[in-house]
Amino acid sequence: MATTAKENSKPAQDVLLRVEGLTKIYDGTVKAVDDVSLTVTKGEIFALLGGSGCGKSTLLRMLAGFEIPTKGKIFLANQDITNLPPYQRPINMMFQSYALFPHLSVWENVAFGLKRDGMPKDEIAARVEAMLSLAQLNKYAKRKPHQLSGGQQQRVALVRSLAKRPQLLLLDEPLGALDKKLRETTQLELVNIIEEVGVTCVLVTHDQEEAMTMASRIAVMSEGYFLQVGAPDAVYEMPNSRQVADFIGNVNIFDGVIEEDEADHVTVRCAECVHYVGHGVSGHSGMAVGVALRPEKIILSKEKPKGDYNWCAGEVIEIVYFGAHTTYHLKLDSGKVIKAQELNNTRDLSFGLTWGDRAYAQWNDLAMVVLTQ
Amino acid sequence: MSQASNNKLFAKGWMIAVYTFLYLPIITLVVFSFNDSKLVTVWSHASFRWYEALVKDTALIEAVLLSLKIAFLSALMSVFFGTFTAFALNRYKRFKGRTLLSSMSSMPLVMPDVIVGLSLLLMIVSVQHWLGYPQKGLLTILLGHALLGTAYAAVVVTSRLREMDSKLDEAAMDLGCKPWQVFTLVTFPLLTPALVSAFLLTFTLSFDDVVLSSFLSGPGYSTMPMVIFSRARLGLNPTINAVATVTIIVVTIAVIASSFYTSYQERKRRREEAQAYSDTNK
Repeated sequence: MATTAKENSKPAQDVLLRVEGLTKIYDGTVKAVDDVSLTVTKGEIFALLGGSGCGKSTLLRMLAGFEIPTKGKIFLANQDITNLPPYQRPINMMFQSYALFPHLSVWENVAFGLKRDGMPKDEIAARVEAMLSLAQLNKYAKRKPHQLSGGQQQRVALVRSLAKRPQLLLLDEPLGALDKKLRETTQLELVNIIEEVGVTCVLVTHDQEEAMTMASRIAVMSEGYFLQVGAPDAVYEMPNSRQVADFIGNVNIFDGVIEEDEADHVTVRCAECVHYVGHGVSGHSGMAVGVALRPEKIILSKEKPKGDYNWCAGEVIEIVYFGAHTTYHLKLDSGKVIKAQELNNTRDLSFGLTWGDRAYAQWNDLAMVVLTQ
Repeated sequence: MSQASNNKLFAKGWMIAVYTFLYLPIITLVVFSFNDSKLVTVWSHASFRWYEALVKDTALIEAVLLSLKIAFLSALMSVFFGTFTAFALNRYKRFKGRTLLSSMSSMPLVMPDVIVGLSLLLMIVSVQHWLGYPQKGLLTILLGHALLGTAYAAVVVTSRLREMDSKLDEAAMDLGCKPWQVFTLVTFPLLTPALVSAFLLTFTLSFDDVVLSSFLSGPGYSTMPMVIFSRARLGLNPTINAVATVTIIVVTIAVIASSFYTSYQERKRRREEAQAYSDTNK
């Protein structure tokens, strides 16, 4: 909750969306969203990341107005919108299934929201044309949604939700319905369009890569509350708990006890090795902690490293080749299996490690994170 | 090889048998409507005698017109109430008595017509006894047919509603539609094909119903099937063949036209889809 306190101290005019203690309880018992508070500043792309059933979609639906919160308040530009119906909120949403109206053409789909506002006809036409050229869809204006490919449908859905110039854009798994190859290009197009318009976004996703590449800040959600909120690199490199470390990317976690606790370093004794961490942590000696170490920060070698810290030995039990890198599964003497990721930066195929070899894993003293939670 | 040709022969024979069983009676009926003889089963020579008789048979023509009127009105009522039932069952997931409504709404589909007719008759008679209204006649037949038709229409509309992406409603609301606009601008246009087919189905059901009509009609209100049925008991008159032939021709033309229309729509859709994909892959 330290993050929330810090954010609340930001100047108020920058804050677009403020959510206070939002709670949604289904059937009197199931807590889908549990006392969530957050602020989103103007121009930000904020991602809600979590597995299925973590409450991220319910939170998004409450922002859109499709669900009424059990408790808590939603403020948009300092206005309480908690009880406004969806059609009165200056918020638009892009749906995961796109939800394009099948009986209307692309042009009419984009114009749909503008017509509801009673905008003059020539203004609607100008706005729709501008929106279509933004997404390079002008020549498809007369098509029906079923006559478009998946990527085109997605762009129609995006510009339809942007057409009314909403103060806040909600994106529900924006790339969820596309196949992997289309995703990368579409993702870039999407971010480009959003940045060109300069709209503030809240996006929901279960895909950590999508969240990290698109968002300026990520909230990792589990069981209805935020585990951690921060910039993508901060969440990745400085997870504040085992759950976050585990959810974002691959991680090896060593269980151990703090031995030395100094201002500039700590040592953690584990069953496999001793970790020398090159910075102080908020703990005390004798405290049980976890040490998280990302696979790409491990260097493998056949020779035994010098020194007493930050290495361990084991047997190679699995080699997974990815092309750009290779992941080695190392079974340590204690029986624990760790993953180490080596970059394939030469075309030399004989790195030298094969199944059954004894290998040494080492890392530097700033590579790991001590998890006290 | 002989095994295969045997199978083919068997399949062909089977098909011919089925078609004969289904269509020979109808063909016979059509052929004998042009028969000059007064006896339905004996062929003399071709003539339009019974069609001339049909034009003069005001009782039968009135019955046909009454049947059309009842079918049209009851189909309208069925679609109206069936749509509401389907909406209640599909869009409002939790309300008291939902399970009861969902099973009761399909009850008339499985309940024998005789029982439905009898129970309606008893109800109408007792209501009439207390209130002096309604007289048995057009209104009571309409109510009976609408009751049966509502169940069928609800099934047709429900299956269409279930197919529809419920997110479309939310998208409409998100873009500024008030709830009634969601219905008129999105749900209703998408539902139209289902409403049309529900209308045609309930129209047909009403048009050929004889059981419910017999229970619920009063003096002066005989529908076409009732007239045919009562005349058949007195010995068939070839005028019946003539009226049946006219009906068959009208129905056949309607069926052929509608299937041409759907296949045209389908081909158009496919062509456009292919167009979309070839454009994307350019």
